[in-house]
Amino acid sequence: MRYTVGIDLGSTTTKAVILDADSAEIRVLGRGITNSRSNYDVACSVALEDAVVDARFSMITEVLAAAGVSDAEAQRSVTNLTMHFREVQYRSQLTTLAGVLDEMIAKDAVAGVAQDDEVEALRAILDSLQAGAGALFEPGARRKSDFFRDIAGSLYMHEAETLTRAGGCGTRSQGPRFDYLVGLYDKAILVVENLPSSGDGFVECVLAAVEMLKEPLPMLANAVHTVAGRALEQVASVGTGYGRARLPFDDAHIRSEILCHGLGAFSMFPGTRTVLDIGGQDTKAIQVDGNGIVTSFQMNDRCAAGCGRYLGYIADEMNLGLHELGPLANEAKRPVRINSTCTVFAGAELRERLSLGEKREDILAGLHRAIILRAMSLLARSGGVKDEFTFTGGVANNSAAVNALRQLISENYGELKLNISPASIYTGALGAAIFAVRGLDTETQATVA
Amino acid sequence: MSTSKQATVDSAKDRSQDRQKQMIAGHFDRLAELEDRGEKCVYTFVPGNLTELMLSFGVAPVLPEINALQSGMRGLSRDYIMRAEKDGHSEDVCTYVKCDIGMMRAGNVGPTGKRLPNPDLLLLSYTGCFTFLKWFELLREEYDCPVAMLHVPYQADGRITDEMRTYVVDQLKKKIIPALERISGRAYDEDRLRELLTRSARAEDDLVHVLESAKNKPSPIDAYFGGVYYIGPIFSAFRGTEDAVEYYRELREEIDERVRLGQGPIIPSGQHVDERYRLVVEGPPNWTSFREFWEMFSDEGAVVVASTYTKVGGVYEDGFRHDPDRPLESLAEYCLGCYTNLNLPSRVEKLAGYVRDYEADGFLINSVKSCNSFSAGQLMILREVENQTGCPGGFIESDLVDPRYFSAANIKNRLESYFQMIEQKRTQGGSL
Repeated sequence: MRYTVGIDLGSTTTKAVILDADSAEIRVLGRGITNSRSNYDVACSVALEDAVVDARFSMITEVLAAAGVSDAEAQRSVTNLTMHFREVQYRSQLTTLAGVLDEMIAKDAVAGVAQDDEVEALRAILDSLQAGAGALFEPGARRKSDFFRDIAGSLYMHEAETLTRAGGCGTRSQGPRFDYLVGLYDKAILVVENLPSSGDGFVECVLAAVEMLKEPLPMLANAVHTVAGRALEQVASVGTGYGRARLPFDDAHIRSEILCHGLGAFSMFPGTRTVLDIGGQDTKAIQVDGNGIVTSFQMNDRCAAGCGRYLGYIADEMNLGLHELGPLANEAKRPVRINSTCTVFAGAELRERLSLGEKREDILAGLHRAIILRAMSLLARSGGVKDEFTFTGGVANNSAAVNALRQLISENYGELKLNISPASIYTGALGAAIFAVRGLDTETQATVA
Repeated sequence: MSTSKQATVDSAKDRSQDRQKQMIAGHFDRLAELEDRGEKCVYTFVPGNLTELMLSFGVAPVLPEINALQSGMRGLSRDYIMRAEKDGHSEDVCTYVKCDIGMMRAGNVGPTGKRLPNPDLLLLSYTGCFTFLKWFELLREEYDCPVAMLHVPYQADGRITDEMRTYVVDQLKKKIIPALERISGRAYDEDRLRELLTRSARAEDDLVHVLESAKNKPSPIDAYFGGVYYIGPIFSAFRGTEDAVEYYRELREEIDERVRLGQGPIIPSGQHVDERYRLVVEGPPNWTSFREFWEMFSDEGAVVVASTYTKVGGVYEDGFRHDPDRPLESLAEYCLGCYTNLNLPSRVEKLAGYVRDYEADGFLINSVKSCNSFSAGQLMILREVENQTGCPGGFIESDLVDPRYFSAANIKNRLESYFQMIEQKRTQGGSL
């Protein structure tokens, strides 16, 4: 099967969308995401592999459905398989991480930097991480993030804290040092996540996952083998996003994120005329015409106040996962008015409010409203909000941000249709993948001519 | 990122460019020796300046704005600004002012490395910028010298009335000329002023010809990045001099030759730009990353065909010329007619006219933090010009001479998006 890929290399995450290159319609085969990292090539290939894996799981569902399995049953079975697959992947990454950490601490021990009790503490942490891996991927399990660095990181920190606390306050004379162990993780994870990818590893991991299933559907193994044997051929790619200049693509295959977001949003919701995208460090207000062509746009310029990173920072300050912010803010009874959208100042404002006894949910509701107010000003600058209005980017997944936006849009522009796709974070990558398909069409036409 | 520059390297730098360099060097040499020679100098600003009047008294103009932008281009402004901030000037103050104050504190060494003379008079000939007033208040404290202030009414109704002209002429007669007489020890000599104005008008004709050459396709000039060099002599200390006349005559010949050969503008590296996008630009450029900023355009084949910044000293395209037959009246009209003294509807009309007359593909605003005279109202201007022309507008933000406000990656990102948007509109214009 031939596919095109669009890759959106953002400041926080790298997204990939793959499309069926031979379909007359825009047909999404798979979506992948990973955290961005210093090695852009690795970030791109990890996101792409993730999208290809996603595509293969969709194909397994289709094969099962074709074999007469009910949709619900096929879905349930593949979801289950996917979770085990993720667990296998996670365990494999943990093994790599453990290898790097062991090597680092061994060197430190020789150099006299690490003490025996710290070597022991690290071993205990790693054992605990391995032991706890299964629970993370059980049905209904909650994870703070979907990225290895965050999941493993938070568990590692937790274990390190417990172990060092048991030994005293963490100074050298009183047991293993917390700072040392954390520093070790920070160094190791950089090495691990920038290691070149070893291919999609689908077959290996999926077979292991099938083995783990307690009561697999009889035809599942066959379906997995059928899909694993299918060749997927990449025929075109387009890159976009903040890091696009460093993407492993040539100039002709790079598009601005404005055009990609405009086109991506338009293809998801063809009635779209205004797009708001709030990403990690950019907020974009884009106007598109009836053909998805961008007619005007505005982006934050001199500073990134009020962008997605703001929420990330607040989540860290409150020791919450990014996913947990919105639901908590929605519980607010008396939202607090927050003025600052400066990420750093907001941290200070947050602590000040907490010390005054304000409730966390009320403060969070105020913070969400503050970032949407800033986006409103950018929207006004770009020419206002027209019907239909599509909200994209990572922040569109946050229900409190969406509620604040809905309210402010209604107050300022009246009632209009607000579109949000569950796949909104992939909007830029989708637009890029569509550009790749179009490029393919142009090339074909040129060849025919 | 596609490179549209041709590999053709100009064999020789334009002669006019060399001439301008020599003129500037000569001017700063003269300033360095001024006090020893017992000559006088006047500090003044670019918009609506009274160069011919000053020259008619034999006093030398010094332009702190030009010094500040030169410091910006030479990488000196950051330290000057920080020095001024150390002295208590807020981060929000115009960075031209802080750069100038910092330069003064560092010994008042000008852009060519030679010391600038202290002012004998501070001549404020444009009061539309409130910062100018405050700037000279600071310099007055510093140098303990007189200030001559010409109050220039704003063109609120979009035109210059007889009363406005008379009001300014009266002030020239009663305030400005006596102040110049006092410091120079010379009487006002109208015949000498007329001679200077005659030469001004000749140079102005040639400048207009050069700026309007951008109507050609391809445009032989970049009317923003290249344009700032072309306006150098006319908006600074040289208007009315034989040097200026010669400079513009030579420049005109060079540009005519480029038109004849069908060549595009030349960027600092000596290459010609292949024109892919014709743009109109509003607002001053950033000076600290001037070359890098220019290349963000030229690398994409974007050529600026008209800009408002090249009208900052005065507007000639609507027919105004300094007039030896109406010396003080035409000086008054020059002060009243400078670009930032136009009301917002006039500025919109001007920009929309540029888009149409120069057949531009887009227009872009570089909104600078420092300059309220330019920046106030720019978002309204953007929307209005879009509405009137149907041409997509772009908006970027930077600053004049504070490098901390020039975020290259972000500006490049905006510009690339903007050019791709124009390209998409032009080539696809249609369906998915």
